Amino acid sequence: MADFWSGIAWPLIIIVAQILLIVLPLLGAVAYLTYAERKVIGAIQLRKGPNVVGPFGLLQPIADGVKLLLKETVIPTGADRAVFVLAPLLTFILAMIGWAVIPFDEGWVLADINVGVLYLLAISGLGVYGIIMAGWASNSRYALLGGLRSAAQMVSYEISMGLIIISVLMTAGTLNLSEIVRAQGEGVWYVIPHLPMFVIFVVSILAETNRAPFDLPEAEAELVSGYNVEYSAMTFALFFLGEYANMILMSAIAVVLFLGGWLPPLDIAPFTWVPGIIWFALKICLILFVFLWVRATFPRFRYDQLMRLGWKVFLPLSLIWVVLTAGVLVTFDLLPA
Amino acid sequence: MIHALTFYLFAAIAVVSAFMVVLNRNPVHSVLWLILTFFNGAGLFVLMGAEFVAMLVVVVYVGAVAVLFLFVVMMLDINMLSLREGMLQYVPVGAAIAIILAVEVGLLFLDWSFAGEAMSLRAAPTPDAGEVTNTEALGNLIYTQYVYLFQVAGLVLLVAMIGAIVLTLRINPNVRRQDIGRQISRPKSQVLAVRKVRSRGGI
Repeated sequence: MADFWSGIAWPLIIIVAQILLIVLPLLGAVAYLTYAERKVIGAIQLRKGPNVVGPFGLLQPIADGVKLLLKETVIPTGADRAVFVLAPLLTFILAMIGWAVIPFDEGWVLADINVGVLYLLAISGLGVYGIIMAGWASNSRYALLGGLRSAAQMVSYEISMGLIIISVLMTAGTLNLSEIVRAQGEGVWYVIPHLPMFVIFVVSILAETNRAPFDLPEAEAELVSGYNVEYSAMTFALFFLGEYANMILMSAIAVVLFLGGWLPPLDIAPFTWVPGIIWFALKICLILFVFLWVRATFPRFRYDQLMRLGWKVFLPLSLIWVVLTAGVLVTFDLLPA
Repeated sequence: MIHALTFYLFAAIAVVSAFMVVLNRNPVHSVLWLILTFFNGAGLFVLMGAEFVAMLVVVVYVGAVAVLFLFVVMMLDINMLSLREGMLQYVPVGAAIAIILAVEVGLLFLDWSFAGEAMSLRAAPTPDAGEVTNTEALGNLIYTQYVYLFQVAGLVLLVAMIGAIVLTLRINPNVRRQDIGRQISRPKSQVLAVRKVRSRGGI
């Protein structure tokens, strides 16, 4: 019995506690990201944004959540029930499990696996299923078109993202995310040597998360709301949570790969007093602000322009950069051991 | 014990979902079951310590190949009734093929013996898994010992890709295409005209 307790039950309790410690703050972050989005876009458009529920409208996300909980879940008659319900669950779960390998601070990581980067690529590659399944199962024209667009878009941008990640991996010499951050601590943050790739990566994650100006899957002017048009109440809420959790996850990946993860900007006194997790959160907020800023600034891309940008601009550029990085690393003998 | 339990869990789900791929009436459901099968296969790889291969299975098969499958199957307009109509007609042929295959595979396994030097060849192609991560081990092998084979595989894929493009590319001269280079290289004088418009006069 003692063996059972110390061998199985106790580690299980610890890991469940760790998972809750990641997921609960994440859900809070998602809720307040929607609030921040409305406030930021409001400020950019010289409006006030939500300001009625609670002080400064701070309780607005909670009110929205309660509203979604209390609404009725409608499943269309022609829908494929099982797949219809599975799709939002899948989107939500995938947005959560990616966080398992993200290092929040030195040693603060749920699963410190050696193929962390590949795991994240795999998880973000699966994200497309939630959307394509929703589009098909709804049995509606708009939803199907939205799902198809999104599938093509995500597959296209994943390729250039993969190549950008390869450049970073070559510089760091490891697939482990914590090691990548440590390698940046010894050298420079990779945003400096890989600045063009950082820009392309940020644009690609906009496309990967279906955010403006690449939000064609849910282009409200032509597709009403795209893949999630038939969804209501909790099923819609799961899509919504998944989409925003994915935004935060992608920002976290960008921070880990390019902005030095939990590291302070300068390794001197006032900066090192702040704990690493705060730096990590601040950097994520910076990239999330870019997400919102871009949404309020740029008009939506046309579909053929989106494909052109992915395949004819980003793919060759990132491919050249991989070759260039390898060449520079070998020529100047900078390869990590 | 947990290790064995997880193995049986992954293996059982893999087998059941593989059966569901074949037994399902709805082709989209079949593809979804196929994805589950791939996923459990990846889980089995992780249990074997081949984490790199596991992730590649998910990235390549689930993340890319199966998406294209799903894409195609979703666009097909299949009438289930007409598909089932000729079923009895095909049963004898199908059964014959299945029996022949089963007999052949059975014969093969009954008469299977390892070559004398097979085991020694199999031993130690890579350093021990405890010393290097398996990404590193694979890289060391592919880019040194098997570099030519690796390059040939790349060339085969390239040829297949070019072939697919050649087969599907149709250039229709009647379609108006956007040439971004030409658009942005036009001088202001060609595209912009400032006019003073008299009230109620029009241009």
